Amino acid sequence: MPEDLNWAVGGEAGDGIDSTGKIFAQALSRAGRHVFTSKDFASRIRGGYTAYKVRTSVDRVESVVDRLDILIALTQRTVDENLDELHEDSIIIYDGERSMMSDFEAPGEMTGLDVPLKRLAEDAGGAIMRNIVALGAACSVSGFKIEYLDESLEKRFGDKGEAIVENNKTAARLGAEHVEEEYDLTTSYELETTDNDYVLLNGDEAIGMGALVAGCRFYAGYPITPATDVMEYLKGRIENYGGIVVQAEDELSAINMALGAARAGARSMTATSGPGIDLMTETFGLVATSETPLVICNVMRSGPSTGMPTKQEQGDLEGMLYGGHGEIPRFVLAPTTIAECFHRTIEAFNLAEKYQIPVYLTGDLALAVTEQTFSPEEFDMDSVEIDRGKVVDESDIDEWQNEKGQFKPHAVTDDGVSPRSLPGTEGGAHMSTGLEHDELGRRTEDTEMRVEQVDKRERKVETAREQEDWDYREFGDAEADTLVVSWGSNEGAMREAMTILAEKDIDVRFISVPYIFPRPDLTEEIEAAEETIVVECNATGQFADLVEHDALTRVKRINKYNGVRFKADELAEEVNAALGEPAEMEARQ
Amino acid sequence: MSSDTRFIDFKSDKQPTWCPGCGDFGTMNGMMKALANTGNDPDNTFVVAGIGCSGKIGTYMHSYALHGVHGRALPVGTGVKIANPELEVMVAGGDGDGYSIGAGHFVHAVRRNVDMTYIVMDNRIYGLTKGQFSPTSREDFETSTSPDGTNQQPINPLALALASGGTFIAQSFSSDSQRHAEIVQEAIEHDGFGFVNVYSPCVTFNDVDTYDYFRDTIVDVGDEDFEHDRTDYDAAKELILDRNKEYQGVIYQNESSVGYEKREGVEAPMTEIPEGAPEDAMDLVREFY
Repeated sequence: MPEDLNWAVGGEAGDGIDSTGKIFAQALSRAGRHVFTSKDFASRIRGGYTAYKVRTSVDRVESVVDRLDILIALTQRTVDENLDELHEDSIIIYDGERSMMSDFEAPGEMTGLDVPLKRLAEDAGGAIMRNIVALGAACSVSGFKIEYLDESLEKRFGDKGEAIVENNKTAARLGAEHVEEEYDLTTSYELETTDNDYVLLNGDEAIGMGALVAGCRFYAGYPITPATDVMEYLKGRIENYGGIVVQAEDELSAINMALGAARAGARSMTATSGPGIDLMTETFGLVATSETPLVICNVMRSGPSTGMPTKQEQGDLEGMLYGGHGEIPRFVLAPTTIAECFHRTIEAFNLAEKYQIPVYLTGDLALAVTEQTFSPEEFDMDSVEIDRGKVVDESDIDEWQNEKGQFKPHAVTDDGVSPRSLPGTEGGAHMSTGLEHDELGRRTEDTEMRVEQVDKRERKVETAREQEDWDYREFGDAEADTLVVSWGSNEGAMREAMTILAEKDIDVRFISVPYIFPRPDLTEEIEAAEETIVVECNATGQFADLVEHDALTRVKRINKYNGVRFKADELAEEVNAALGEPAEMEARQ
Repeated sequence: MSSDTRFIDFKSDKQPTWCPGCGDFGTMNGMMKALANTGNDPDNTFVVAGIGCSGKIGTYMHSYALHGVHGRALPVGTGVKIANPELEVMVAGGDGDGYSIGAGHFVHAVRRNVDMTYIVMDNRIYGLTKGQFSPTSREDFETSTSPDGTNQQPINPLALALASGGTFIAQSFSSDSQRHAEIVQEAIEHDGFGFVNVYSPCVTFNDVDTYDYFRDTIVDVGDEDFEHDRTDYDAAKELILDRNKEYQGVIYQNESSVGYEKREGVEAPMTEIPEGAPEDAMDLVREFY
């Protein structure tokens, strides 16, 4: 386990919790510390409970843990919600002059620091800065130089003018001074800094950045938690590259707009979450049958139906694999970290165009609303390659015309991939349709052509299976008796859990799978291990079912579906417990 | 774009399976004439078709085309046009496709005002499913699913377009081939969403809204005697809300309309991209410092 500090600010929605937390996280990042953030939030604009949590260390952190060291509590509920994570050395910063906190007492052995946030903020120039006062107090408690906050405040408030920036800096100092003058703390921290440069971003932003770098020029979407950040990231940036973000009237429209743009020859994408995927499924078969390259990003949240819109779940795996009537060829990619969101997005665009196929790019809430620090080098731009597949132009289009000079957009080929003629190309005019069609794209019910076209579309998948890398990411001891397998966002928590397990002399081989379809076959790895455990955030073990199906065996399962992501310490305990389970428990629980 | 394109160049070698006498023949011919008259050719034209008898139009025309899912033709056309504004985009569908399952998209396409043309082949019946009432069927119209009449008001598509901020609202009759082609041509030339509701009679399942009915009742707002000013919003509103008459012609046009994609600053096709990351890609990363 890295030597870490776990910090949070919490209050009601509308209290400015997010921006407060982000300012602190950015300051830590600028100080050369690693940061991993998470959010507790509800689907409401005001009231309720919301918190922004920051875990920081000089070593890389890539998970949340069940421990909270410093808490800025704007409400009593913030403390109540986090009692499980608070411990006897925890420090709680609150404003005893705020009416709802006037009777507050820190629970048990915890230290409560009563800081008049509002009053000090008013001294600095306005009550609105009370959270900044609290940040200053938190800096003092954590032994973190307040100067690091300054740069973060400049970034946040710079466009509001120098006076506002200075007031905020003053507010932070008043908070820090208050703690130093009024309290003699027995528990304190000393946050080291380094010269390392880090960037701090979340999974949705990484997907958006990947899309821009991949040449995505058209994005259509309908706002939905937790995918909206993709759209908001692209808006204002994609235009610099000649592209556009269109806010559609619904997800039915969004995917059809994206489909239209893709047929016009733009790299095109839409992003949504489960309820939007349900609507988009209507058009999914058309995308596949018309052989249109399209990236559909599904940032999963808890379902079914409206479910728990602001909570974590990996429940859509089977929906993405099997959704839609008829048999629909598709690829499903599931990046396992925030940096991987960037790389897999670029790959998704290349795969979509090379194979003229819909590609599901799936993240989840845990990746989407989490910010993590990375070295800029992890976003290696020199290695980015763009492959647009079999696009034909005037020079070679006649190779793909029939004797009448008609272009064949669905020509039956050995690798299953047909030529693609972008509208505007002379001699390339053609239609495509959701109806079964012949090579010209015209409706047919001819039995032989039906079979040829179905086989051709499936052949693309087989070609891709052979030609592309569908590798897993591997960590730990490859010879270990215990094999843990997971997909998507659980990688960070599991990697840290391995460190905890190693302290108990439990060695683990960990395979993190970013490709759901096609996917790596784990039969040999499972046979080489004594125990295999599949970890995922859903109730029924959807990926475990696939693994069992592939390897024709049974695996143990760790499933979490209470709406909260895996935490490293909790996951270590779960793995430990699973290893102790008797053999008869191996069957599906 | 070649100026010597003839309308026949937009015709595919596929024979239509529409019933003999179907209004869709005339509707399609007028579209092809209008495309040729505006200097387009099949290689720069994109036709998006919906589902239903009307949806087959993409097969019978020769151009780039997509025959999509039911009711979503307008979003597809929106994506095509924005991604490549150099293309001439024409969306065609029926009254069921456009005003029933696709009604939501219709309203939003109108208010978005992308520079494309929308042809609704309105026969006031569901033909391909063999004769059920449609959203434009009369209230007392008896069909297999409405033996005692529909008990619902027919939709007023032109009013819907006007209320949604439409910038080009027109109606034509497929049998009046010259006027129909002229009106579609004006819709193509309009900078924005050119909407033409085309009376396109179904000779098999609709014995009320027939060729004879439209021939006898239709009033051309383009007639000099009629003295209609298409830029007069209130005059247009009055005509559109008058449900006792059938009008053809351009009923409303906002001549200062500018297509959405232009207002959004789209200047060129989005088809060309670099072979690797853009040169300033690391700036995107540095934003996250």
